[in-house]
Amino acid sequence: MDSILKIALDKARELGAEYADIRYVSSQTERISTRNGHVDSLGINSDSGYGVRVLFDGAWGFASRSDSAIAGKMMSAKDVQETTEEAVRIAKASRQSIKKPIALSPLDPVEGSWSAVPKKDPFEMKIEDKIEYLLDCERLMKKAAPVDLTYGSLVFFKETKDFLSTEGSCIRQEMVQSGGSIGAIARGVDEVQGRSYPAQFGGDFALKGWEHIEDLDFIGEAPRVAQEACELLKAPQCPSGAMDIILEGSQLALQIHESCGHAIELDRVLGMEAGYVGTSFLTLEKKGTFRYGSPVVNIVADATIPGGNGSFGYDDDGVPAQKFDVVKEGIFHNYLSSRETAGEIGEVSNGANRAVNWNRIPLIRMTNVNLEPGDYTLDEIIRDTDHGIYMDLNRSYSIDDRRYNFQFGTEIGWEIENGCVKGMVKNPTYTGNTPEFWNSCDAIASKDEWKVWGIPNCGKGEPGQAIRVGHGAAPARFRNVRVGVGRW
Amino acid sequence: MVKKNDCRRDDSCFGRERSLEIVEEVLKLSRADQTEVRLTGFQSSLTRYANSVIHQNVDEINARLSVKAYVGKKMGSVSTNRLDKESIAKTVERALELAELSPENPEFVSLPGPRPIPEAQCYFESTAAATPYDRADNVMEVIAEANKAGFQAAGAHSTGVNEIAVGNSLGVRAYGKSTSAELTCVIMSDEGSGYAQASSRDIANIDAAQVAEEAVRRCLVNKNQIAIEPGEYAVFLEPYAVAEMVSFLSSMGFSAVSYQEGRSFLCGKLGTEIVSPLINICDDGLDPRGAPFPFDGEGQPKSRVALVEQGVAKNLLYDSFAAFKEGKKESTGHYPRGMASNLFLYALPEDSVSQEELMSGVKRGILVTRFHYVRSVHTQKTIITGMTRDGTFLIEDGQVVSALKNLRFTESILNALRSTEGVGREQKLIGTSYSVVAPALRLGKFNFTGQAEH
Repeated sequence: MDSILKIALDKARELGAEYADIRYVSSQTERISTRNGHVDSLGINSDSGYGVRVLFDGAWGFASRSDSAIAGKMMSAKDVQETTEEAVRIAKASRQSIKKPIALSPLDPVEGSWSAVPKKDPFEMKIEDKIEYLLDCERLMKKAAPVDLTYGSLVFFKETKDFLSTEGSCIRQEMVQSGGSIGAIARGVDEVQGRSYPAQFGGDFALKGWEHIEDLDFIGEAPRVAQEACELLKAPQCPSGAMDIILEGSQLALQIHESCGHAIELDRVLGMEAGYVGTSFLTLEKKGTFRYGSPVVNIVADATIPGGNGSFGYDDDGVPAQKFDVVKEGIFHNYLSSRETAGEIGEVSNGANRAVNWNRIPLIRMTNVNLEPGDYTLDEIIRDTDHGIYMDLNRSYSIDDRRYNFQFGTEIGWEIENGCVKGMVKNPTYTGNTPEFWNSCDAIASKDEWKVWGIPNCGKGEPGQAIRVGHGAAPARFRNVRVGVGRW
Repeated sequence: MVKKNDCRRDDSCFGRERSLEIVEEVLKLSRADQTEVRLTGFQSSLTRYANSVIHQNVDEINARLSVKAYVGKKMGSVSTNRLDKESIAKTVERALELAELSPENPEFVSLPGPRPIPEAQCYFESTAAATPYDRADNVMEVIAEANKAGFQAAGAHSTGVNEIAVGNSLGVRAYGKSTSAELTCVIMSDEGSGYAQASSRDIANIDAAQVAEEAVRRCLVNKNQIAIEPGEYAVFLEPYAVAEMVSFLSSMGFSAVSYQEGRSFLCGKLGTEIVSPLINICDDGLDPRGAPFPFDGEGQPKSRVALVEQGVAKNLLYDSFAAFKEGKKESTGHYPRGMASNLFLYALPEDSVSQEELMSGVKRGILVTRFHYVRSVHTQKTIITGMTRDGTFLIEDGQVVSALKNLRFTESILNALRSTEGVGREQKLIGTSYSVVAPALRLGKFNFTGQAEH
């Protein structure tokens, strides 16, 4: 494989590119989804191709081809050369607009490999056993409560990626990712409510095998999911007003994701996403001085956590995975960066430039961006709360184009009065602005209740890229937050 | 010096003959009771700019073969982008294996049979021939307009060719090729921003200077923003905002699948008045004012489906699975899962007014250029939340009197549309792969629930 990929690098040099890399990615995805007791879809997708990225005269060009896209033949030396020529042509079209040439931050070439090997390879298991697992969950949900719809899904993904650059890097990475979710929907008069587990939008993912699904224990959680969906139909509307909120782990993971993870992407800070989802309020002068959160808030970006959904060995610039402070004792310290953006502010990349597949360029993406654990237990936090709502599992999320004003909704909430859980409430929502919110954080549960939540589909860029990221979180409390937004 | 037309590649499509040949080969190989084959090929290119420079510029050629095999009521589906003979044979065989392993889906009736496919002009050679230099020229025109005003420009310009061939063992054979071109533009000053975009199947209809001029005009006015107390206001929604709202409404319940599952906001409301009688919504895959395409992913013809007529909910969108489940003879051409593809919101000619008349009716209200990061809060109540962006203005006595800081809204779409006071006559196409054609709207009530710092 390497010899054919090197053809791209040779061609790029011959055409005068100052830098080039090629990524060949081959992957397989298995998706099983069940709905109301039967298989809704059962599919396997295989995908392979390569992308050539060149820096010519200080401007980028990128061309990508599936390795047998049109002609029905395997990738040839001629194809790779033509694709490289196309990438150079595109870079030449780009350069007419540039004001100063792109300068990549320095990197020693790497020859290496990395793999995330599952304990129980889901691709080696019988498909019918995985189907039966989901159908068992559905049966348990139906048995536990009179829900109107049950569903489940499992997704397994494996990928091999080869990266070569004109600077001499040569890296192979392999990984297996597993995840899924179950859910139930109950319908009443003028009301429909749903519960799902373990997380929103496809579930919780990790760079692990079937052991991740076993750890999540869908079977054990299924009856509760159905019962809570039905109970929500009778629950009162979440109250409105300023009060304390306690967020469980998966909702807190999304809060970190939207209000910290995206805000610290250096390309966003430098305006490179301004035409699409927007920029960031964490502008350059805030680095090292800005009080992002209260002193209990410590946020770390860590691409090295074994099994973490945002872990890897090397990013798609070829920079080794790293761990560093983002927010330390409430003060903002570091961005996520790439060689291009780090070069622009006179720093060295901290290895966060990733592409979702061979047909996309790398962009700055979150790794595992984690809120470090505190000293409390969830029970202690609840006992210490006079009036508030404990909120679980995301239902909606929205944030402005500077990652400042946000609003979230969750599937379920429990009202807390004088340190006791008073009862369930439906349709909880809360809103605020990022620094005020994180400065109101005063209690975080300990490492015993901390885990890395895996989001499989963080979106960014044009053309869109939905990539895997992770967020370590334990339940945490935020004081005096505006709850119950809108008319219900 | 590289000539601009050096970039053109004629090999980026299979063509009708080769596409349908592959479909036949797959069907011949399959031993399943029923088989459906979908072959897609595409070449897509996108030039992205920010800080008034082209910073990302990409191109992709890809293809995908999807095979769905049925053994009785058991289904397996396999797809690949490897199209050598061996991979194709393996894909067909694996689909059958999966079908045999899968439990029965008692709700499956059959794949659809063949139906005549109407004509629709959706392929333009001008777009297919566009080069990185053509896109760069358009982007440079936008940047030049921004420079003239002393502003920065950001956005994206994409062009693409898509082709799809669909066949099944019941005789469906469909082939189509389409092109798309889009230009989006955010113009930024130190004080504010303005937005504009253009979409068309024909790149010749993308007037970069006009797009830039529209965004620059908004940006010029969007300065010295004042804060306004969140609450209920009358609004003038530009077509960009209306398009986003109607596409959310569609995703919340026009699909027959969501209706059958009891998740649709339309459950129990078909045949009743759900919004103002001024409002009509339809999906029409053949209407050239949108981004037409004549058939869906099952090879079933598209036609006009009235969803809301003079405020009354009329029909749903069906794929074959949902249609046959209800005992209907055929789908409405909306595979997968009753998804709209070419939506229109409009008023009858006698009910629609000019932009000026629409605006002049606002005594005190807020003009919203577009929404940002809209998400569903409660599907059945059609409640969404999001921000305003790139031009939010205070209107008094029909005139823009001040720029406003961006606002967060949390509102039920149905409630908002019930308060419709006027519908614009001029319509704008937004998007090509999922397109919406929308006018400006004047609504009597819209609930703003928060505020941004800018």
